[in-house]
Amino acid sequence: MGYTLDFSVVWHAMPALLWGCVGTLGLALAGMTLAMVIGVAGVAARDSKAAWLRAIVIGFVEVVRNTPFLVQIFFLFFALPLIGLKLNPTATAIIALGVNGGAYAIEIIRGGVQSIHKGQVEAGYALGLHKGQVFRFIVLKPALRAIYPSLTGQFIMLTLTSSICSAVSAYELTSVAQRIESDTFRSFEVYFSVTFLYLAISWLLMLGFAAISHRFFSYPTR
Amino acid sequence: MTPHFGLPEFGFLLRGLQWTVLLTLVAFAGGCTAGLAVALLRTCGHKGVEWATRIYIGIFQGTPLLLQLFVVYYGLALTGLKLDAFVAVAIGFTVNASAFLGEIWRGAIEAVPRGQTEAAMALGLHYSSRMRDIVLPQAIRISLPATIGYLVQLIKGTSLAAIVGFIELARAGQIVSNQTFQPLLVFGVVGAMYFILCWPLSWWGSRMEARLALASQR
Repeated sequence: MGYTLDFSVVWHAMPALLWGCVGTLGLALAGMTLAMVIGVAGVAARDSKAAWLRAIVIGFVEVVRNTPFLVQIFFLFFALPLIGLKLNPTATAIIALGVNGGAYAIEIIRGGVQSIHKGQVEAGYALGLHKGQVFRFIVLKPALRAIYPSLTGQFIMLTLTSSICSAVSAYELTSVAQRIESDTFRSFEVYFSVTFLYLAISWLLMLGFAAISHRFFSYPTR
Repeated sequence: MTPHFGLPEFGFLLRGLQWTVLLTLVAFAGGCTAGLAVALLRTCGHKGVEWATRIYIGIFQGTPLLLQLFVVYYGLALTGLKLDAFVAVAIGFTVNASAFLGEIWRGAIEAVPRGQTEAAMALGLHYSSRMRDIVLPQAIRISLPATIGYLVQLIKGTSLAAIVGFIELARAGQIVSNQTFQPLLVFGVVGAMYFILCWPLSWWGSRMEARLALASQR
């Protein structure tokens, strides 16, 4: 008893915490970029003619989706040096986020590609559009529109997941918070405030994504 | 002398697995109870209450599970209650589950055709019987795939208890890995254990989802 809450330590540490937010956003952005690359490549491989390639992709997706991110990042942390990649913790975290997000991206992108009806493409050719136009207006844009909500939702989830990268002491918000906590012993105040910084980050992302969607995808479909 | 990864180490991991399962079961049971309350409040028709539960759900969906655990863990410590680490993390996961399950079931309750509620009202059923006998049985069916999906999330999420120091499967893995210096083998085995736990559930969930989609196509 007799504990009085003292949020002034959080206030003093605000510049460091805000830089932590930048670190978190950078980590998530880099991770999501890698995830998109893995996602597109994975979708191509998932529908390839080689059965072994399809099996690898399916296995990859199932393994990643059914194991915890914490175990994945620990595994990669020790596995990457063995294949000659001696990376700092932040780079390791980016790869882990990319691998994790990539598995989910494969499923999402695949759903988007499948949502384009074959007849639409044929209709495009019948109207005299050339190959590039068909891809851009009939396949890519509607597919992007179809997967946009789940993809951006996944991006926000990945941003929240990136907090786990503090376990390998990558530079991001939670590891900054842990350092401040061990300096000040104000565990509750620090983590309570940082939780709301994360909330602000995910709200800002949500608003930003909604604005982008409004700008590019608000056209009638019927 | 460093021990190699052998039977005793495997046994230690299995005991960690036991705690993971127990933690998941406790949090899921608690989360189901509290989540039902959240879902009912979220759909009760009172504007203020609906907004309050909406914000409650929004906070848990918009913040990392790890930070939620930290806040609950250190917040409970501040109250002066001397709680066991298991109880503290179980409370953390329960609160998280209540928000996520509450949102899943809110969606399911709203997906039950409105005519069902209207017919029940016309028959003179009051709220509790309308919910218990008409709406919820149908909503549970609709929500089952998403609920199982969340259960898988929860199993994976309990690994974060390792970071606050509770010895479940992931933490047991860290300990054995530090003792044996065989991190790849140890985390490979740990990952396989999680996979064996989660994959059948995922498979069951997506199969049920496909079936429900087929049923609603008619």
